[in-house]
Amino acid sequence: MAEEKKLKLSNTVLPSESMKVVAESMGIAQIQEETCQLLTDEVSYRIKEIAQDALKFMHMGKRQKLTTSDIDYALKLKNVEPLYGFHAQEFIPFRFASGGGRELYFYEEKEVDLSDIINTPLPRVPLDVCLKAPKEQQKAEATEPLKSAKPGQEEDGPLKGKGQGATPADGKGKEKKAPPLLEGAPLRLKPRSIHELSVEQQLYYKEITEACVGSCEAKRAEALQSIATDPGLYQMLPRFSTFISEGVRVNVVQNNLALLIYLMRMVKALMDNPTLYLEKYVHELIPAVMTCIVSRQLCLRPDVDNHWALRDFAARLVAQICKHFSTTTNNIQSRITKTFTKSWVDEKTPWTTRYGSIAGLAELGHDVIKTLILPRLQQEGERIRGVLDGPVLSNIDRIGADHVQSLLLKHCAPVLAKLRPPPDNQDAYRAEFGSLGPLLCSHVVKARAQAALQAQQVNRTTLTITQPRPTLTLSQAPQPGPRTPGLLKVPGSIALPVQTLVSARAAAPPQPSPPPTKFIVMSSSSSASSTQQVLSLSTSAPGSGSTTTSPVTTTVPSVQPIVKLVSTATSAPPSTAPSGPGSVQKYIVVSLPPTGEGKGGPTSHPSPAPPPTSAPSPLGVSALCGGKLEAGESPPPAPGTPKANGSQPPGCGSPPPAP
Amino acid sequence: MAALAEEQTEVAVKLEPEGPPTLLPPQTGDSAGEGGGGTTNNGPNGGGGNVAASSSAGGDGGTPKPSVAVSAVAPAGAAPVPAAAPEAGAPHDRQTLLAVLQFLRQSNLREAEEALRREARLLEEAVAGSGAPGEADGAGAETASALLSRVTASAPGPAAPDPPVSGASGSAAVSGLATGPAAPGKVGSVAVEDQPDVSAVLSAYNQQGDPTMYEEYYSGLKHFIECSLDCHRAELSQLFYPLFVHMYLELVYNQHENEAKSFFEKFHGDQECYYQDDLRVLSSLTKKEHMKGNETMLDFRTSKFVLRISRDSYQLLKRHLQEKQNNQIWNIVQEHLYIDIFDGMPRSKQQIDAMVGSLAGEAKREANKSKVFFGLLKEPEIEVPLDDEDEEGENEEGKPKKKKPKKDSIGSKSKKQDPNAPPQNRIPLPELKDSDKLDKIMNMKETTKRVRLGPDCLPSICFYTFLNAYQGLTAVDVTDDSSLIAGGFADSTVRVWSVTPKKLRSVKQAADLSLIDKESDDVLERIMDEKTASELKILYGHSGPVYGASFSPDRNYLLSSSEDGTVRLWSLQTFTCLVGYKGHNYPVWDTQFSPYGYYFVSGGHDRVARLWATDHYQPLRIFAGHLADVNCTRFHPNSNYVATGSADRTVRLWDVLNGNCVRIFTGHKGPIHSLTFSPNGRFLATGATDGRVLLWDIGHGLMVGELKGHSDTVCSLRFSRDGEILASGSMDNTVRLWDAIKAFEDLETDDFTTATGHINLPENSQELLLGTYMTKSTPVVHLHFTRRNLVLAAGAYSPQ
Repeated sequence: MAEEKKLKLSNTVLPSESMKVVAESMGIAQIQEETCQLLTDEVSYRIKEIAQDALKFMHMGKRQKLTTSDIDYALKLKNVEPLYGFHAQEFIPFRFASGGGRELYFYEEKEVDLSDIINTPLPRVPLDVCLKAPKEQQKAEATEPLKSAKPGQEEDGPLKGKGQGATPADGKGKEKKAPPLLEGAPLRLKPRSIHELSVEQQLYYKEITEACVGSCEAKRAEALQSIATDPGLYQMLPRFSTFISEGVRVNVVQNNLALLIYLMRMVKALMDNPTLYLEKYVHELIPAVMTCIVSRQLCLRPDVDNHWALRDFAARLVAQICKHFSTTTNNIQSRITKTFTKSWVDEKTPWTTRYGSIAGLAELGHDVIKTLILPRLQQEGERIRGVLDGPVLSNIDRIGADHVQSLLLKHCAPVLAKLRPPPDNQDAYRAEFGSLGPLLCSHVVKARAQAALQAQQVNRTTLTITQPRPTLTLSQAPQPGPRTPGLLKVPGSIALPVQTLVSARAAAPPQPSPPPTKFIVMSSSSSASSTQQVLSLSTSAPGSGSTTTSPVTTTVPSVQPIVKLVSTATSAPPSTAPSGPGSVQKYIVVSLPPTGEGKGGPTSHPSPAPPPTSAPSPLGVSALCGGKLEAGESPPPAPGTPKANGSQPPGCGSPPPAP
Repeated sequence: MAALAEEQTEVAVKLEPEGPPTLLPPQTGDSAGEGGGGTTNNGPNGGGGNVAASSSAGGDGGTPKPSVAVSAVAPAGAAPVPAAAPEAGAPHDRQTLLAVLQFLRQSNLREAEEALRREARLLEEAVAGSGAPGEADGAGAETASALLSRVTASAPGPAAPDPPVSGASGSAAVSGLATGPAAPGKVGSVAVEDQPDVSAVLSAYNQQGDPTMYEEYYSGLKHFIECSLDCHRAELSQLFYPLFVHMYLELVYNQHENEAKSFFEKFHGDQECYYQDDLRVLSSLTKKEHMKGNETMLDFRTSKFVLRISRDSYQLLKRHLQEKQNNQIWNIVQEHLYIDIFDGMPRSKQQIDAMVGSLAGEAKREANKSKVFFGLLKEPEIEVPLDDEDEEGENEEGKPKKKKPKKDSIGSKSKKQDPNAPPQNRIPLPELKDSDKLDKIMNMKETTKRVRLGPDCLPSICFYTFLNAYQGLTAVDVTDDSSLIAGGFADSTVRVWSVTPKKLRSVKQAADLSLIDKESDDVLERIMDEKTASELKILYGHSGPVYGASFSPDRNYLLSSSEDGTVRLWSLQTFTCLVGYKGHNYPVWDTQFSPYGYYFVSGGHDRVARLWATDHYQPLRIFAGHLADVNCTRFHPNSNYVATGSADRTVRLWDVLNGNCVRIFTGHKGPIHSLTFSPNGRFLATGATDGRVLLWDIGHGLMVGELKGHSDTVCSLRFSRDGEILASGSMDNTVRLWDAIKAFEDLETDDFTTATGHINLPENSQELLLGTYMTKSTPVVHLHFTRRNLVLAAGAYSPQ
């Protein structure tokens, strides 16, 4: 059918003059016009025919240029003697000239002096054909995806699909299509995309950040609660992370202790949010947190302000980060340890930094204390004594040394209590630990006593009280803040009687709670503030233990936050299951061991805790209460948290089988 | 009518049933009519090789027709041997008769010639008695042998009542000559001999119409078609091009040069753009004298242009032409067109466009109906001892025996007989040697490490660039195990590179060989001459550009085909030429070894493809039927079929067993330059100068896909080892990867499509494109998948 595109088929013929010229050159002088016309038609046709054949040779020769040899071969096809001598690789050696209305093509034949040719040095011999391929690919095994070609490996432009690096000077080689198609996975770069926040998210971000660093404590608590619990914050995570790291940077310089604390609480809240996975942002967060631990000065009046609490708190955060994100590949823990050790060992380190380093190391667990802190106790003791007993140089130094001392005592005593056999001899301690010996000794004795006491009844660890600090305010806030610190700082919780782990998922399938994957580990000695609550629980436990649903109601009165949250939760059908608390989003299971068993050692739980549905376990007195008290740990912490004690039975990590 | 030449010219040499394991070169024609006397004239320098052009079964009746084994005449013009004239006893009479006829015509004594011819035919029929008198005029011409028709210029049998030179029956003569272009026109290489053909062909144009009326006729028809209903218009539009061509040629033949020019000027713009190349040839053809020896023109004349039109549309056309008394056009339709009428809905424009484009229209539906055994042959079982050895090898490498079950599964799979596979011994295949078995084991091992490809796991491509080739690289091949690369160059050399650290070594001289201890274990190592080790070996022997190269599967031989008309077999042990196969007298464009070795196929400018065995210096089969150069030839994976792609824009599939053409695929709009079979043998992919890749279902004979993307000739095509990916390399300096699984996934192979051949191509070729990889300035001449599915590509850097 009619194609709109007109073909360009011109029927060009040679001018008849050329026939005359050719005839004349052959010695035929008079040639008739009519003959010329016939000849031109014929010659034009034959030339076209040959050209068409020559094209065939060009195509078969895989070329895009017609060469003189193609014409020779076409002539040969027609049984015509080829025109020898017209060889040219790249062009047809005709020159064009025009003038006087005539156009002329001629074959340029210069006169050359033979002696010139003879005397000139020979031209370079043209290179021979060679085969080239990227070297590494020749050896490559096809089982593995090939690495990208090295740049310049293949001079004429390797296939661009293989390597972005292999772009030769000529940019044409770029791939036309964006390469979602590249084969080598290692080479696959995700397109950089900027995630736009929606207007709502922007508003939220603004509100949250303002509240977190604002002056209203209530608002802040709410904001942190939101960060710690709301799902779907991942899009804002990079912003939060940047906010925190930038905020720390600015406020350290300005010595704005309060803001630093607020920012650390944000970090804590972010870490507590089970829907967020911080690994991608750890590189931003760790420096910020570390700064808050070891910075020389964090507040305007170091002698008065309690920046020590911030250091403690941040140290716990770092420990938590280590636990969650340290792997054999990124080596976060060892890198952090190295940093702390380096700054501690340095003679010139100020007391503030020294304190932070020790706190940071101590929080990393008993093993770290044992290997890194204990050997240096004597040396450190001398240094402290030098400050405390020596001439009063600076009040600040004195306070610092004092804090370091109490810090060392606090962390080392429980470890020593475990390591050394009971008869605690002041002299032995002095011999081993130098000036700190006697103090240590008394602390160890105290720790032992406490452990024994704790074994008998749930008990507040002495150490928790020793901390006067903002943490206290934190821990009073009805959000997770206190909990993990409580757990973490329980090196003293050798005495920790029991930890029970409950998988809500395994326990109560029918429950309507959206994030059912929460594991909550509650230790009875978690913190000072919760001690009360735990005690009340433990008292109520025996009563409620017999019935499955009652614990909620019985416990409700005892603790404020629980009341609130449970009541909201109970609006959901709690009766669906025998586990009334099943309807609640989160559970806290506090199981208390029979008094006798605590002594057996904090290390082992007598048996896996029963699921909450069957809370009144015959094995242990379990109290079950629902509540949002704990913002909850993300799944991994459950097994991880107990590690703080270094002695959690692995059995707790998995959802317990039904008894 | 005998439109398609292949039906006559296929070499119908049957296998000797109990012959040695080879296809024997033709010795006797198998036609029933003759006793075989006088057919054994296979003179060694017969130039064209001996075409036993026996009769193929006629279109109707299937009665044995008188057929003549033609010895293609030697170039020197040796007296044509009248092979097996029907007269049992009087071959010489016949020869004389023919000579007289020839003379009469040259002397312009028409009447005398006619009279004699009429008599001669009567005589012939009387004597032979097997002239299939009842044939319809359509099929009759098939009986004509080339030689006979060359001389008589008229169909012997069917058109008897008509005066031979008059229009209608003249066409029969023409079609009788369908053998002309393929066999005698080229094979018998002397151009002068074409002339009788040409004049015979042209005589068809003798009918005189009023030259000034042609334009009117054409525009009248055009008006009619453009005003017809939409559903018919697309179909009837197919008529434009053949009518245009034939009317133009008639004008030219009858020496109405000016009318012809103006006719061309006026209407050539209406033709579809894919006929541009042909139109260009036509446009230069303005004189009757030009028509002699013009191949394109001969193609038009000797083969009927095939159109597929629904019955309704055809009736419409017929009614119109009869109403208008438009005899001129009606004659052309009757004589030069083959209208393949089908019942049912007319096809849409898209459906038509997909299938047209070839030089001679679409393939007839019957042409693709025969059964093709496209399944794979059963893999030979490898004996246990070898397997154990292999197992030990595995253990030595420190790999446990976990491969074992896998290998078993492979074995069991291959034991299953594919229902579509040909019988194992359909064509005799060479026995497996021990080294072949070892190679098979290696192959299996590699297979276990093969990367599974898919849209999400694309292969890596390693590009081998030929530097300093000065645009001279014309052919590339890579061994199956990817250890050697061969390049054919325009400077007549063939170069072989080793791409593994193992260098190429040749065998020692005979004197040195005699010193070797033949009992030693490493005798195979000792015979190699360390001094000759090099990465590159150059093979000299051709005297023209080397257009085709192919390694034998066992890597002991290399084939190369060249412009000088020979195919050469080289030994890769000694790096010398072993045999030069002469047969194509014109450039040989491509050659390829059978996947089982021993056989190879070649195709060239003489429009035929030939099947050879390495130990025969003459071809075993000649596949004739293409109307233009055979550009590329490929063996089916089961070695029972050969596919050829041609400049006539068709792809044909030939049966190696009997030389029949079993498939004709039309749809390409340009000369076909690359072919590849899918590993499972079911599909064929073809690439042409138009930059499109078409996919074909061999079993159903249907086009199943069209891959658009390349902007220039597709030079190379290859499926991945498991057939998931199709890679195509092109002159536009790109390699493209296509999702073959998806392309073949939802095939319309329902009965309707199969029966009618109407295809609806999915318009999703862009979705199938998985990747495009550009080189800087290197046309991709060859592609190869290693056994582990890494792509190797090769080409010569050509600075712009």
